[in-house]
Amino acid sequence: MLRTEGVYMRFGGLTAVADLNVEIDKGEIVGLIGPNGAGKTTAFNTVTGVYRPSEGTVRFKGRDITGKKPHEITKRGIARTFQNIRLFKDMSVLENVLVACHLRLGAGVAACTLHLPGYLKKEREARAFAEGLLDSVGLRSLADEPATSLPYGKQRRLEIVRALATKPELLLLDEPAAGMNPQESLELMEFIHRIRDEYDLTILLIEHHMQVVMGVCSRMYVLDYGVTIAHGGPEQIQKDPKVIEAYLGVD
Amino acid sequence: MLAIDNLSVHYGGIHALQGVSLEVPEGKIVTLIGANGAGKSTTLKAVIGLVKASGGSVSWDGEPISGLPTKDIVRRGVVLSPEGRRVFPNLTVDENLSLGAFCRSDKAAVAADRERVFSLFPRLKERMRQKAGTLSGGEQQMLAVGRAIMTSPKLLMMDEPSLGLAPLIVKMIFDIIREVNASGTTVLLVEQNAKAALEVADYGYVLETGRITLSGPGRELLADDRVRAAYLGEAG
Amino acid sequence: MKIPNKAKTALALAAGAALIAVADASLGPFAVRILNLSAIYVILALSLNLLNGFTGLFSLGHAGFMAVGAYVSALLTMSPAQKDMNFFLTPIVPWLREVQLPFLAALLVAGLCAALVGLLIGAPALRLRDDYLAIATLGFAEIIRVLITNAQPLTNGAQGLKAIPKYSTTWVVWGAAAAAAAFLVLLLRSSYGRTIKAVRDDEIAAEAMGVNVFRVKVTSFVISSFWAGVGGALLGHMITTIDPKMFTLMLTFNILLIVVLGGNGSITGSILGAIIVTVLMEALRFLDMPMNLLFIRTQGLPGLRMVIFSLILMIVVLYRQKGLMGTNEFSWDALSSLARRLGRKGGK
Repeated sequence: MLRTEGVYMRFGGLTAVADLNVEIDKGEIVGLIGPNGAGKTTAFNTVTGVYRPSEGTVRFKGRDITGKKPHEITKRGIARTFQNIRLFKDMSVLENVLVACHLRLGAGVAACTLHLPGYLKKEREARAFAEGLLDSVGLRSLADEPATSLPYGKQRRLEIVRALATKPELLLLDEPAAGMNPQESLELMEFIHRIRDEYDLTILLIEHHMQVVMGVCSRMYVLDYGVTIAHGGPEQIQKDPKVIEAYLGVD
Repeated sequence: MLAIDNLSVHYGGIHALQGVSLEVPEGKIVTLIGANGAGKSTTLKAVIGLVKASGGSVSWDGEPISGLPTKDIVRRGVVLSPEGRRVFPNLTVDENLSLGAFCRSDKAAVAADRERVFSLFPRLKERMRQKAGTLSGGEQQMLAVGRAIMTSPKLLMMDEPSLGLAPLIVKMIFDIIREVNASGTTVLLVEQNAKAALEVADYGYVLETGRITLSGPGRELLADDRVRAAYLGEAG
Repeated sequence: MKIPNKAKTALALAAGAALIAVADASLGPFAVRILNLSAIYVILALSLNLLNGFTGLFSLGHAGFMAVGAYVSALLTMSPAQKDMNFFLTPIVPWLREVQLPFLAALLVAGLCAALVGLLIGAPALRLRDDYLAIATLGFAEIIRVLITNAQPLTNGAQGLKAIPKYSTTWVVWGAAAAAAAFLVLLLRSSYGRTIKAVRDDEIAAEAMGVNVFRVKVTSFVISSFWAGVGGALLGHMITTIDPKMFTLMLTFNILLIVVLGGNGSITGSILGAIIVTVLMEALRFLDMPMNLLFIRTQGLPGLRMVIFSLILMIVVLYRQKGLMGTNEFSWDALSSLARRLGRKGGK
């Protein structure tokens, strides 16, 4: 599904990501972990088109998407969330989701402004779809609230729902459990499994909550100073001395 | 000692804090735990004067501080390290740290504290001349904690210092909190990582939808079935 | 009895139209002129608000697009004889001399020309952001003005154009203002409108949601330019003379003040702001005259009105940072809840 081939990302003299070779199959949930500043978010940004990699290729479903614009990549079926929640702050919960629906709406500025019948029909469908999504994650009753008035955990959830509204095949989650207490993290794990099954997704996630990563990912890649230092299943990673030294610490 | 008495805060129509009372004795670490949206951050912001209390009082060292402007509260040695990496993105790491020491005149002690921050976070030393906005999220969090230490507060209030940090660094952060406390700083800690927070704290309070529902020494709360079920993610 | 909101709106619109009809028939020419100037400022404020308030683009180029609209519409509606009278220094280019269009067609072409210029300027300038964008658009507007000043055979240069047909009647300008308001309401309520606001709130997130941020910005810029062109054209047809000096930064600045005063990101705010500012500008005109304040006699200070006006604005911005309306819009429900609150206060 997703495959990065020898991706390098350099900023001036700093190599943020070096020789990244990630391969993810359809339906997998894969983790990307590593110390702060190891280049995890940068890796996300090269996949989603925020940065153009200095070297290497990114392939999605076999096709080269290196250097494509973020909105083009979203259109091809990769959606993401952000480490520091980025909701549209002056818009309601429902509107946030509807913005993401615009991509698949297929209506231009003229059709929208003139409220042509074709547009109105699509808008009704998008609204029903967005409300259904909100319903399935228990945010329906908050649809008309300003997005930023939601408590933190619900904002995170809304961000995921908004990403789902672009109808992605691959979902990238950047620290979805950040700021959640253990109980909420457990709920999040269930949630991630559920959306994977319900929406037929492949998921790549960055996360520091080990409970979440180990509980939800079948495999993971570990980065340190931009270099992939380990790769494997949860047990293997937890025992890897390099990972323990750089990241997990000794209990 | 910080004493919060019957503190109430309203946001529009929402009654965010409904009569919260708690005490942070001098030289102790006190933690406030609870679910998202329970009012933990609001409590800290009300103490420092960033949100206006609609009722109740806050006193520090026996003097009332409720209603004072934030800068005056900070000058009395009460400092908030806010949630979510509020660093100055266009200043360098070093400049951010210097700003933390803005109110201090004791140059030697400031230099010593800077060295301490760098020894705690070698990563920050490596990136000393880099603009804070170019740091990764976790590094910015380290910087926010470092800057709070630089203020050399009497009371340090930390809002989720471990947010977004790697497990190794999270362990370090709690060691640092212990160390800062041992050097004479009183600490009021808000954390999602309830287990680590209760382990490090002398005393803990549980906040639920704007009310204190439970309190006790950290170790006792760790063993409490209700706390274990609700906040530690373990079966009760 | 409960009246549905749609019926209320229809009633209000009819009442508004009736009010304008009565005003048009009963007020003197000076008052009617202020009334009509308000309508033109409504159009201009709305078009600038689309950029500044809804798309989050800080543009200072509005006067340039107004100039394009004003010149295009003036030249397209004047008769060959009128053009000859204007172009006595340098003769007008022959093809332009002969062209004469009906007013509404000329107005539309004026808007489209301004939109085209908007596209040409927006495509490079919108790669910049914030203050850089403001400076770039300001520069482009100045370039337009210099071009107009120097393209003598096309524009009559610094002499400007006189005796432009006076087509901007009350019905025309208020009709155009209503059209502009309706256009923006429909646009901003649609799915496309949501992407515009999403770009304002967070470009990176909008891009990640599949929104082509650059295209949305250019579209918004072009639409804004179109209405600025229409507004400029109507202004020309109202005051009947235009020259390049009219279209300086000062003009853009006045419109910007209306937008900020009314509320950045509020259509209602721009409409109210335009009317209030236009009326105040005229109502405060007595300040420039000699005054007799019991003991103090002033000689008449030209410009005092602008000083007072600036003070009022500063006070508004200091105490109501988000302007009159903030980002709120008029709605019947908001009105009735306001009435209820006031009623309760009065009852106490």
